[in-house]
Amino acid sequence: MSSVQHSPDAALTLGTARDAHRIRPALWYTAALALLALLLPFLEGVPVIGWLASPFQRIQLTYGLVFSIAALAFNLLLGYTGLLSFGHAAFFGGAAYAAGLLVKYLHVYSMEGFLLAGLTSALVLAAVFGSVCVRYTRIFFSILTLALSQVLWALALKFFWITNGTDGLSIPTPTLLWGLVGTSGDKVRFLSFTYYYYVLVIFFVCVAVMGVIAASPFGKALQAIRDNEVRAQFVGIGVRRYRWYAFVISGAFTGVAGALFAPLNGLTTPDILHWTFSGKIVFMTVLGGFKSFIGPILGGIAYNYLETYVIKTTEYWQMLLGIILVALVLVMPRGIVGVFAWGSRREQRNR
Amino acid sequence: MDVLLAQLLNSLLYAAVLFLIAGGLSLIYGVMRIVNLAHGSLFALGAYVMAWGVSRVAGASGAEPAYLIVLLPVAAAAVGATGAVVEPLFLRPLYARAEEYQLLLTFGLLLILEDAMRYVWGATPLTVSPLWASFGSLHVLGATYPRYNVVVILLGLAAAILLWAFVFKTRFGVMLRATSQNRRMAAALGINVSAVYVQAFALGCVMAGLAGAVIVPIQGAVLGMGVDALILAFVVVVIGGLGSLEGALVGALIVGLVRTIAIQYFPELELAVLYLIAAVVLITRPAGLLGRA
Repeated sequence: MSSVQHSPDAALTLGTARDAHRIRPALWYTAALALLALLLPFLEGVPVIGWLASPFQRIQLTYGLVFSIAALAFNLLLGYTGLLSFGHAAFFGGAAYAAGLLVKYLHVYSMEGFLLAGLTSALVLAAVFGSVCVRYTRIFFSILTLALSQVLWALALKFFWITNGTDGLSIPTPTLLWGLVGTSGDKVRFLSFTYYYYVLVIFFVCVAVMGVIAASPFGKALQAIRDNEVRAQFVGIGVRRYRWYAFVISGAFTGVAGALFAPLNGLTTPDILHWTFSGKIVFMTVLGGFKSFIGPILGGIAYNYLETYVIKTTEYWQMLLGIILVALVLVMPRGIVGVFAWGSRREQRNR
Repeated sequence: MDVLLAQLLNSLLYAAVLFLIAGGLSLIYGVMRIVNLAHGSLFALGAYVMAWGVSRVAGASGAEPAYLIVLLPVAAAAVGATGAVVEPLFLRPLYARAEEYQLLLTFGLLLILEDAMRYVWGATPLTVSPLWASFGSLHVLGATYPRYNVVVILLGLAAAILLWAFVFKTRFGVMLRATSQNRRMAAALGINVSAVYVQAFALGCVMAGLAGAVIVPIQGAVLGMGVDALILAFVVVVIGGLGSLEGALVGALIVGLVRTIAIQYFPELELAVLYLIAAVVLITRPAGLLGRA
């Protein structure tokens, strides 16, 4: 399995040869950003970046990190396997609803309980949806994921005695680390400090695990499938089985994001099961750049800021998102990462 | 008996509107291999133009059946014109690129169109129910049924026949089918493929606009109606077969019937049942009931 050969054009599209010499600076940037994120709550008094460390901004960043996990998971399918899912809201929302139902029926208030329930439900959903969806590619894959996720949305909307319909399920502040960190104290402090760190650590874990998966022979096999399905089959990759694995892994990670989102938002409504939310996950990924590993991470964080600040300024934020998406597709298909790569290439040329 | 008849007519009404929407979607896919996610929003645009036109011409007070005949083509043409602008401007640069980009772009167009309609016509729904009421009602076999709904059913039927004649009996229809079968060969034979694409896209949009315009007197123009319609149109084309007009007709009839039955007997599962049918069809017959793979 470890000897998957790429066709020359595949290597071109992956950009592996070109990206190799950029790995060291990229590592430095990442380390610096990670350190900044870790120290952020203590930087409130610092003059230049102090505003970024305010509780409000930290909660915004927490939202961004959660979206980043979802986009990163989504990109294992779009960027690495070449499958555009319009149904990832099912895993995100499904996990959030699992947490909500855990509170409602079993009176569990533990974050680990939420994560376990979210992960399990997303795994089961992805395994079932995946077994149907990976039979198809391209447009049919997209429509099928969309249709199946809409089933879940319709159920959440109509079975209001279980899910509270459009009102949604409320999710109280949970205990963390099996009850070691209690729920006492005010909510803003909890979300902007304790929970911020909790999400940050899980975010790092998710990025690391996803990085390992993407760089593994399995990840290379997915890219081989994306670039040329027939050739991948010829070198002995079980195409459909690998697609299913990718689908399940992607769904599970999205479920983690959904479970983290539930207490952060304090409410799960059918919105996060609707296909337009799937569309938002797609948007984040494309915004960041789906042809790179780091793109969706940037996209998730950037998307959240975009939504927060654009909603404030205009009622017609959807239109703005639409215009950005159209512009991205037409002139900037590599997203934010593409802009950075372009900049650094110019820099090198000048040197 | 009378309830049954009314329900049957209701499902036909629903099927007629769905056929117009899904037929347009399918036509566009058949010719250009594009799944237009903004198609539902074009349907909504037709509804808004119609509602706005009627309230402008007739005022709040009275509405006469004559308005329908005048304004229906106007609304449909307005949507068709929108399509004729959108295709060369946004879609043409994408034909050479991966399919995913087309979905992404039309999703962007959907977001833009939804908010553009909110900007122009506001968030409050527009209704023109006087026009619906002005048609009066019909008494058949002991059942009382709104005459307007019958008009819509007949209109859907007429549209289906016209479309069939257009695609299979005219010169343009031959060019359309040739382009859909082999774009390069058609171009080599002297067909102006770009022109055919614009016309096919505009025709699909006209159908969506007509569906929107015709449904307005019954249910009004509401924000979000386009997105709902898009999903239902997907269900229809998936059942019938993407790219097949006969398939769109059969799919629309099935969805219309199932939905009417579902609303009557198990309203909670109405949408879920439709999506499940679509999923089952895709699994057992990936190309749809009447599609050619």
